[in-house]
Amino acid sequence: MASRAIPASLGLRASRGWRVLYHRLRRAPASLVGGSIVLFFLLTALFGPYLAPYGPTDQNLAAMLQPPSLGHWFGTDLFGRDVFSRVLVGSRDIFVLCGSGTLGAVAVGVFVGLAAGYQGGLWDEGLMRLMDVLLAIPALLLAMLLLAVVGPSYGNVLLVIVVLYIPMVSRVVRSVVLELKTKDFVEAARLRGESSLYIMFAELLPNALPPLVVEAAARFSYSIFLVASLGFLGLGVQPPSPDWGLMVAEARDSYALAPWVLAAPAAAISLLVVGVSLFSDGLRRLLRPGVAGG
Amino acid sequence: MLSYVARRLLFVLLTLLLSSLVIFGVTQLLPGDVATMILGRFATPEALARLRGELGLDRPLYVQYWDWLWRFVKGDWGTSLATGTAIQPWVMERLRNSAMLAGVGLVMSVPLAVVLGVVAAMKRDSWLDHVISVFSLALVGLPEFVTGLVFIGVLALGLKWLPASSAIEPDAGFFDALPKLILPGLTITLVMLAYVARMTRSGTIEVLKTDYIRTAYLKGLPAHEVILNHVLRNALLPTVTIIAISIGWLIGGLIVTESVFGYPGLGRLLLYSIQHRDLPLLQAVSMLVVAIYSLANLLADVVYAYLNPRIRLS
Repeated sequence: MASRAIPASLGLRASRGWRVLYHRLRRAPASLVGGSIVLFFLLTALFGPYLAPYGPTDQNLAAMLQPPSLGHWFGTDLFGRDVFSRVLVGSRDIFVLCGSGTLGAVAVGVFVGLAAGYQGGLWDEGLMRLMDVLLAIPALLLAMLLLAVVGPSYGNVLLVIVVLYIPMVSRVVRSVVLELKTKDFVEAARLRGESSLYIMFAELLPNALPPLVVEAAARFSYSIFLVASLGFLGLGVQPPSPDWGLMVAEARDSYALAPWVLAAPAAAISLLVVGVSLFSDGLRRLLRPGVAGG
Repeated sequence: MLSYVARRLLFVLLTLLLSSLVIFGVTQLLPGDVATMILGRFATPEALARLRGELGLDRPLYVQYWDWLWRFVKGDWGTSLATGTAIQPWVMERLRNSAMLAGVGLVMSVPLAVVLGVVAAMKRDSWLDHVISVFSLALVGLPEFVTGLVFIGVLALGLKWLPASSAIEPDAGFFDALPKLILPGLTITLVMLAYVARMTRSGTIEVLKTDYIRTAYLKGLPAHEVILNHVLRNALLPTVTIIAISIGWLIGGLIVTESVFGYPGLGRLLLYSIQHRDLPLLQAVSMLVVAIYSLANLLADVVYAYLNPRIRLS
């Protein structure tokens, strides 16, 4: 396969690859914008907590609901907490939560998809029917049901993201495996006497990487959306965490009085989700240009 | 065609059965004991045991499951633990309200979305296409509570055109409720609009690439005729499926939107049942939502098969 090219030609191929990438990116300014937004929030997630002028949960009842000023860029909330600091610290929380949730779903989904696709038969039937059941319940409802059981907390939201997105990831992997498992290079590996595990992970998985990356990016953007919605409904990360969805929910009571408390986290969520979806759309065009959509 | 529908129906029933197992299993795992919840923490062990016997909670789980499922199918959904009222009429009333809201959202979004999607596809890679694509991508990402709260802030609190709260009387008629349906309806519209427009665009692009469209142009048909008779017909085929698939999206949107506007629909009831640990209510609402979702998917498959002679005649 192409992924196992002769090393001598690798440099040439790579430089040509970069040029193609550059030209494709130039034709898609929206994904560049999306990428910059993601990069910006990645930086706030990395450095934000050190730059925050106040602690995210530091209350100052003498200074509640203050409008934006030089001292408090985004104003203060009902407890006198600095909204700017909370938004900054919240950006790390959401990246860690959604990033690790997506990675978890990808890790498990790869196993499920490979096993179902390559082993076939009962494995395929059993695993895929299980995935169908998970998909038969609307995502937000399933998330709410699971969180009602295990209780709303940071770790449990993470768990829910993993469970929710395993089916989508495993379907993507399985479809690639089904397409490739009758190809000659797989047959050759089998005749060489390679183990099933080797064939699944060393021969099949590399070929599933492009669609997998695209799927993971899409899942990441949905998970931000999901975490924010759950936080807003009070079923996600609990107070006093600076979770953006939760902050919006808490700011509703003072909406008419102090719209800035609500504006900052709402704007942050919107900007991040839009950025990630523009970026992941660009990624999809880049890695799977043949697949229509968007 | 008939055997196809029968096969799909069987599949849906099987999935429903499995998801009912999931819902029952999940609600069984909910912390808290039902008998203690009803009688309070200071009830005597004898009283608790008697109540468990009356409620059938001392039977094996699989017996309880079959009993619960059978009752649900028959429409006997029990009484709420939180309020003691019968669940079925309560849930049905909320279902009607959610349907009204979803209806307003669909009527406002689908025609516009299809037009936008087709226009974007026809003018592919033009500035118009880019504007539509970027806007729909951006809108897809906006959580309902953000758009809903922006609408409240601008149209209700700022301009005072429409009421900020949509807490209608639970049994209000459609036209009485209409003024309060507009803002949440607009919120739902944005959710659906972006999604359906994006999918319609890619469906139309697929159709435009086919040989029969090229043939239609080459044999000298005027553009509007090609679009109406050849492109639209085939492009709307996947759109039917897309609308049904987005029902799942719509359900999620309803749960959040109803919560933003305080609208008494199924989504609010779901949240209420979770907050109050109202087990029978939670089970009934979840089963109903899953059933609606599955049926919408089934309907989409059947309509798709009906419109597509390759499946209908096979």
